[in-house]
Amino acid sequence: MASVAATFVESEEPGSFVFAAAGQWLVTTAAELDRRLRAIHIPRDKKITLDLAGIERLDTAGAWLLLRTEHELAAQGNIVEFRNLRANFAPLFDQVRVGGMVVPARHPRPAHHTLAGFLERIGRISLGLVTRAFSLLSFFGVICVTVGRVLFHPRRVRATPLVAQMEQTGVNAVPIVGLLSFLIGIVLAYQGADQLRRFGAEIYTVNLLGVGILRELGVLMAAIIIAGRSGSAFTAQIGTMRVNEEIDAMRTIGLDPVEVLVIPRLFGLMLTLPMLTLCANLLGILGGAVMAWVTLGITPQQFTQQLQSALYPWTFWLGLIKAPFFAFIIALIGCYEGFQVARSAESVGRQTTLSVVEAIFLVIVADAAFSIVFSYLKI
Amino acid sequence: MSNQPGEPIIRVRGLVNRFGPETVHEHLDLDVMRGEVLGIVGGSGSGKSVLLRTIVGLNRPVAGEVEVFGSDVLAISDVQRRELEKRWGVLFQDGALFSSLTVAQNIEVPIKEHFNLPLRLMDELSAIKVGLVGLPKDAGEKYPAQLSGGMRKRAGLARALALDPEVVFLDEPTSGLDPIAAGAFDELIRDLKASLGLTVFMVSHDLDSLFAICDRVAVLVDKKVRVGTLEQLLKDNHPWIHSYFHGPRGRAAQNSKAAAATKEKYGAWLPV
Repeated sequence: MASVAATFVESEEPGSFVFAAAGQWLVTTAAELDRRLRAIHIPRDKKITLDLAGIERLDTAGAWLLLRTEHELAAQGNIVEFRNLRANFAPLFDQVRVGGMVVPARHPRPAHHTLAGFLERIGRISLGLVTRAFSLLSFFGVICVTVGRVLFHPRRVRATPLVAQMEQTGVNAVPIVGLLSFLIGIVLAYQGADQLRRFGAEIYTVNLLGVGILRELGVLMAAIIIAGRSGSAFTAQIGTMRVNEEIDAMRTIGLDPVEVLVIPRLFGLMLTLPMLTLCANLLGILGGAVMAWVTLGITPQQFTQQLQSALYPWTFWLGLIKAPFFAFIIALIGCYEGFQVARSAESVGRQTTLSVVEAIFLVIVADAAFSIVFSYLKI
Repeated sequence: MSNQPGEPIIRVRGLVNRFGPETVHEHLDLDVMRGEVLGIVGGSGSGKSVLLRTIVGLNRPVAGEVEVFGSDVLAISDVQRRELEKRWGVLFQDGALFSSLTVAQNIEVPIKEHFNLPLRLMDELSAIKVGLVGLPKDAGEKYPAQLSGGMRKRAGLARALALDPEVVFLDEPTSGLDPIAAGAFDELIRDLKASLGLTVFMVSHDLDSLFAICDRVAVLVDKKVRVGTLEQLLKDNHPWIHSYFHGPRGRAAQNSKAAAATKEKYGAWLPV
């Protein structure tokens, strides 16, 4: 489409300025016309005629440009009139005149470009954090109450979804958790061996591996993978159900969404994460053993001997005890964020991201808290 | 716009659509004339929406040809397709507005995509469309989640009209609206058709809107269409068509059309 097609010619008749519009006044030519119309300068308080005889094609964009010009000229105290408007354009003209009375929407533009806006944003974020913390706490309370009720009536635990959740979050996660732990074991052994060799203490790589993986890395790796894999799935599942009004439907049928949706996920994860931790521990140490054998020549026999001497009986349990707590955090955050979804697709995505970030954050905070407690207990 | 009624702008020939073992359309032929409002009706699962989606190129048929503005939709290049997309607008069932954008931004999406207009002019144009479809003045700043179902449909229509298309495809425009809102939507379509010279392809179950605004109606029965004016279809002996138009609801809609002359004085819904 050629943009030459629309023209706009100024001329002067006795007692009146005449603007003759001609050609195709369409959205295709609107950018050029808009620029030229905004550039015209007319003395005030004149009689102005907009001659539309030459207009061949007109759409809402073209009609708006003409009507806006009329309006702006009239606002400067001129007397403006249209002439020679073709009859078949008249209904369009009327429609646009009606529509054009709407004030253009202000777009939501970020306000934090000013100092005040920046401070306001910080304030809002802080307040938001506080309210979120309170609402998370209240969700925690709801879950505790529901868990209490379910424990008194164990028949209310729905076995089928519980097992299904355990399969999805547990069994199906074994390959990824195992593989990553194996690789972490290799990396840890390699780096540890490299440093300890300088002191001729290569054999202590085994101690590093045993204690590191059993007490910290095994459970942490499993929890982080599960937060990314299952916590996000919880949020997306529950969030999508909220978008589809399935949660509301449950309430009207008399089902308690927390009991139906949260409890199987919570119990399922609390049962499977310890098992996944066990799996992560085993394969992590296996990875380390392989690496120790290959690079340091520590035979599997030496490895097991050294491992036995390095570990206290409770080392293993100190790692494993954290797993149900981490599972609780992941399931709590995952389900909570799912219930926070508003009724839009975008919201599902946002809450899912939040859920993963928060779950990993809180898992690491909890891990630090465990370390502090253990150090007080001198274990 | 050159307005020559009678010239077909959409031609569907020998259309076959199959999903697995299920045949939806079997050698279906359909013409849509310039300047008409064509209603598409049919039972659930008779392929009304599939027909619409096939014409706008969202669904590839098993066989057949679809011509819009004289070019074969199934064979054109991407460049030609973009040209075609400027000339039609589609309103999906629930508006299908982009939920992360405000209504005004939604309307500006097609303008931004196809034309390079100054921001201010785009804001003005989107405000006109907001007014044109009868949304309140502050609707442009709102997000789709803040709107009611009827307002979302109007906003979806505003986006469909953003480029002043020659044809609009409406998928069940009045479903889910209360009778007053549905009636107002009918009037809106009729007014816009008169002022913008629109051709309207409307999938609808709403007998009232069929009687109120359609020039012709295409009924999807037996995997084909039967097209005709309402008068012709009312005389049709096909069992489904007969029970559709002569069932209790069909008769009620016919009666209300007779009373439409009285309704006319309540028709001025536009905030003038």
